[in-house]
Amino acid sequence: MTADAAAPVLVAKGVTKQFGGLVAVNAVDFDIPQGSIVSLIGPNGAGKTTFFNVVAGLYEPTDGSVEFAGREMIARGRRAWAEPLVWVLPTVIVMLVGVLLEQLTKSGAELAVALVIALGLLITMFLLAIIRPPIYDRLLYRLGIFKSARPNDMVVAGLGRTFQNIRLFKTMTASENVMVGMHSRLHASPLDAALRLPRHRREEKEADIQARRWLAFVGLKGKEQETARNLAYGDQRRLEVARALASQPRLLLLDEPTAGMNPSETAQMTTLFGRIRTELGLTILLIEHDMQVVMGVSDRITVLDHGDKISEGTPEEVRRDPRVIEAYLGKGASA
Amino acid sequence: MTGATARRRSLAVPWRAPLAAIVALAVAYFVILAGIVSDSSQQLTFTSAIPQAQAQFINAVTIGAIYALIALGYTMVYGIIELINFAHGEIFMCGSFVSWWLLTTLGFSGAITDPLLLVGVLLLAFAVSMVVMGIVGVVIERLAYRRLRNAPRLAPLITAIGVSFILQNIVFVVVSNSIVTTPQIIPNTVLTFGFFSISLINLFVIILAVGLMATLQLFISRTRLGRAMRSTAIDRDAAQLMGVDINTTIALTFFVGSALAGAAGVVQGLYFGITVFNIGFQAGLKAFTAAVLGGIGNTTGAALGGFVIGFLEVISSVWGQGRWSEAVVFGMLVLVLVFRPTGILGQQLADRA
Repeated sequence: MTADAAAPVLVAKGVTKQFGGLVAVNAVDFDIPQGSIVSLIGPNGAGKTTFFNVVAGLYEPTDGSVEFAGREMIARGRRAWAEPLVWVLPTVIVMLVGVLLEQLTKSGAELAVALVIALGLLITMFLLAIIRPPIYDRLLYRLGIFKSARPNDMVVAGLGRTFQNIRLFKTMTASENVMVGMHSRLHASPLDAALRLPRHRREEKEADIQARRWLAFVGLKGKEQETARNLAYGDQRRLEVARALASQPRLLLLDEPTAGMNPSETAQMTTLFGRIRTELGLTILLIEHDMQVVMGVSDRITVLDHGDKISEGTPEEVRRDPRVIEAYLGKGASA
Repeated sequence: MTGATARRRSLAVPWRAPLAAIVALAVAYFVILAGIVSDSSQQLTFTSAIPQAQAQFINAVTIGAIYALIALGYTMVYGIIELINFAHGEIFMCGSFVSWWLLTTLGFSGAITDPLLLVGVLLLAFAVSMVVMGIVGVVIERLAYRRLRNAPRLAPLITAIGVSFILQNIVFVVVSNSIVTTPQIIPNTVLTFGFFSISLINLFVIILAVGLMATLQLFISRTRLGRAMRSTAIDRDAAQLMGVDINTTIALTFFVGSALAGAAGVVQGLYFGITVFNIGFQAGLKAFTAAVLGGIGNTTGAALGGFVIGFLEVISSVWGQGRWSEAVVFGMLVLVLVFRPTGILGQQLADRA
């Protein structure tokens, strides 16, 4: 998708996440080249999911940063305290000007006008802060205020994900689940919907067609109107993938996508990953603790243990790394 | 909803079952009311009590519609952030004051006979009150509730009660500390269709409320933002990780809920002709009851609950026991919750539609 195919989609620099005294992820450097399938493995409790959640914008890292598609997205906030000042500053300025003018002219009308404008500005700034249009974010950036991206910002930037334990919207239909995935790519405002403008109708129709396409892609054709919780386990996993794909990501994060699946389902899932890469040209980050799945599909593997990166390389290199063997099988096994 | 029915009527909003239920309920209520009216006044037989029963029926639907509009806000907010927004009744009260202020500022004091002007003024009053109260709701959420979103549940609850007092006191101090007469701009005309007669204001209120509720239902079930609201209600983190901006979605929920309460506030002024700074407490409490009765978090349930409470109130006053109406309403709540703890239609904004 980008001009430079070799440029990494995601670069993590020294990402550290502490929970109280526990260092869940310790200074992990990590990057994902465009178009590759990269895996993150490690024994249970190695910090894989924590790292994943930092990248997804769910946790703010204690230290380090994550660049996504060439932009710094995740790091500790800088000057976050200044944001409320931005909200009230225009109001304060207008009020000061009003008071000043009133002092000069002694008519009193200026103050009333200033009051109205100031109130309007205050409400406008509040609404801006709530709706957060790109202009507002750019304004904050100009002022040197950096806020770590929230998960939805990451999705807008092009990150899709699935969950280790399935988290579908259980009472919604399969196609509605996929359409929620499309949320950030649709644009109808409440006003469009309220007035039932053609734009809204066209978009909904288009979304419905797209949802069918994604469901067919993952092999759920004909199950569009099935309520998510009524789907079979394997189908629910597929639906999660479809939902993630619907957000048109550049990078797909899959958190233990084959957990709880039997060997034939696992094989089908692995085929699906291959198709996602070849047919859709997506980059995939896979998290697994099952070595077998990972070895077959990955271009590169990174191994975490107790929050530290202990090994990195091709599947073959990682398989031979004594530290990896030790982490998985215990001391002495490598000898 | 089972998979089978969902498949059969994929995109259509189910309407037959609710319609049948409404008709059945209406008939039942009508018979009950006629029975009570003829019973309480010895001169009337069951048939001759019908006109009076009919008037009370319409009155009940109208009052129910007001409760239902307020209850929707309670239920939507609960559905999405599990907060019982006790300030919501005050939003309704403020809405009635906004429309009072607007109408008196424009210089209206009584009925407007020119139909075109009437429609224009009504549109203006509803638009202003709904937008203003919507914004107030959003600002309250931003200032008072957002920081407490992950706090223990009692913290935002107490905050909501605090916000309710703040709004009440602002109106008390700034606007008026006593009952205010609001202009009833809809003329007191009675329309007759054969046996059935209804005054213009009742017809207007009922159509408005039903229209708003239907729009809301469509909005929640069929639009992008409605889907975002439902997904946020089901699983906030997952929704966020799927690209839904939950802050905006929650703000939107507050906007819509508060706007509906604002509309109810305008109706209060038009229908009863009065408003007062503490009107929101009573109305809010009853609307909250309506929401719980119908199944909190469930928008259809809230609407249903509103109408049920309207009927209970009117029935108890027709029976000559108006002062017991609160006891009847809350007694009913207790009864329903004993046998169906999740309310008549069950919980969750998410389950609906």
